[in-house]
Amino acid sequence: MSTIVFIDTRGEKLPKAAQEAVTYASQLAGGPVTAVTFGDAQGLETLGANGASKVIVARNVKAVDGQQLTRLVCAVTEATGATTIVCVADATGKAVAPRVAARLKAGHVAGATGLPEGGRFRRNVFSGKARAFVEVGSPVRVVSLSPNSVPITSGGSPATVEEFGGDLGAARVTVKELRKAGAGIPLPEAERVVSGGRGMKGPENWGPIEELARELNAATACSRPVADDHWRPHHEHVGQTGVAIRPNLYIAIGISGAIQHLAGVNQSKVICVINKDPEAPFFKAADYGIVGDAFEVLPKLIDAAKKLNAER
Amino acid sequence: MKILVLISQVPDTTARIAFTADNTQYDGNGVTFIVNPYDEWYALVRALELKEAAGTGSVITITVGPADTEATIRKGLAIGADEAVRVDARPEDAYQVAAEVAAYAKDKGFDLVLAGKETIDHNGGQVGAMVAELLDLPYVPLASKLEVSGGTATVERDVPGGVEVLEVALPCVLGAAKGMAEQRIPNMRGIMAARTKPLHVVPATGQAALAATVRFELPPAKGAVKLIPAEEAGKLIELLHTEAKVI
Ligand SMILES: Cc1cc2nc3c(=O)[nH]c(=O)nc-3n(C[C@H](O)[C@H](O)[C@H](O)COP(=O)(O)OP(=O)(O)OC[C@H]3O[C@@H](n4cnc5c(N)ncnc54)[C@H](O)[C@@H]3O)c2cc1C
Repeated sequence: MSTIVFIDTRGEKLPKAAQEAVTYASQLAGGPVTAVTFGDAQGLETLGANGASKVIVARNVKAVDGQQLTRLVCAVTEATGATTIVCVADATGKAVAPRVAARLKAGHVAGATGLPEGGRFRRNVFSGKARAFVEVGSPVRVVSLSPNSVPITSGGSPATVEEFGGDLGAARVTVKELRKAGAGIPLPEAERVVSGGRGMKGPENWGPIEELARELNAATACSRPVADDHWRPHHEHVGQTGVAIRPNLYIAIGISGAIQHLAGVNQSKVICVINKDPEAPFFKAADYGIVGDAFEVLPKLIDAAKKLNAER
Repeated sequence: MKILVLISQVPDTTARIAFTADNTQYDGNGVTFIVNPYDEWYALVRALELKEAAGTGSVITITVGPADTEATIRKGLAIGADEAVRVDARPEDAYQVAAEVAAYAKDKGFDLVLAGKETIDHNGGQVGAMVAELLDLPYVPLASKLEVSGGTATVERDVPGGVEVLEVALPCVLGAAKGMAEQRIPNMRGIMAARTKPLHVVPATGQAALAATVRFELPPAKGAVKLIPAEEAGKLIELLHTEAKVI
């Protein structure tokens, strides 16, 4: 049973989410895994380490036209006779996976959080407040994987890389501009996140948050009012209306823990909360907590993190 | 501009989440249902703004759902939609919903189809893309800004590390996220008008579901929080390293 894994490999190095998806695909069905991607990425043969035997790349496709990419995935699916198609539940995967599913009349599991048990895929529903188990009834299935759901494996031999030569039609979606908002670790794939809320009082106070994040090799995030008031860029806003994340470590500083904020972060493995109000609802969702003033606590955390890094 | 907006009914944002005794269905007893916030605040309101700016056109909502969704559908009309369509079927999976929407929309000449980026109950984010595929239209998920000019939509969306600006040929389907519009509260006039606006019930074409949610569960309860005195805050870093092993 062969498996296709469609990944977005744009960026300076191969994204972690892509490596996760290839690892996942190789564990899901058994049989050869063919990775399908697009654009200019180099080093695609290294996906062999995660379990892909072949990578097919459409070099002439640069942008994110879901229709072109769907044609690409479906063409490779047909050529290989694959019955399982894995995607990443990110912005690109969300434009492609459901389309592929609809085109192939295949059941789609959106945002699986691990390998199926007894044929059932687990996924989060009700903004992380519950889980659902999904069964696919169709002969072909499409599974999109939530980032940070599986540990990456490595060790296999390099994959062969082939260019896709077929006709994918004209793009009806084109990228006009990409406005970069600084470097740093992309939030959805960050393993550690340091996040600030309205308790930080203003954008001028983000220095210590950024410093702690640097020391912990973490991404920075914020609550919604912080983004709404333009203290921080919108793509850092986590929660129900923002980005949903599932890092190993989430440190929330001066954030109350409103239900809509929790909805985007409650899948984090370990949650630490720093808040001066002992009644802040976030403490109920936290593993570790400090009741205290962020402006006094943050320097202590930064010092301790520096000390730890120096000892390593 | 003729715009179709997908509206789904979901439990209120703050509703208690519980399931029937066999854990196969959401238990909606005593729960207030609302229009899915992404559908209402962003997709529907932006559709109305575009129509108002053009001074002509129509905004039609579509919902796949049984008769008990009609109160929610009227809310969409109260906010300003011109007409509503209800496809008379109980939603089973995203494909079935998308196939019913596409079957309705295919010969109606919509310039734009707007969905929310996802529903706050199933969180799948699939229906918009599936509708687009079934109608052979472009689709952009997670759209946070939308301008339309001539035959082109200019769409912005947040991507890791920045904002991507896309140009999309019309007609197209978009999944609306926060930023696209501001919430509108229906006024008394809107609520009165909604009572007399057309709500067309159309029979389902009987599309079959392809995936089934067979069981739900609540996450295991969290243990109590471990509190560290503020004076010894540095100890947190130590515990994260030695005990939780996440740094
Ligand atoms: C439909 C809907 C969707 C929403 N989506 C989101 C979402 O996606 N993400 C999101 O975050 N919110 C969302 N919200 C908003 C949410 O309800 C809260 O309003 C928001 O999360 C509050 O942000 P906050 O905790 O930063 O601010 P506040 O509620 O103002 O809380 C600030 C906290 O900081 C603490 N504090 C103050 N000073 C200090 C100090 N010196 N040291 C330590 N602690 C201090 C206070 O005790 C308080 O707990 C949504 C709301 C709705 C209705």
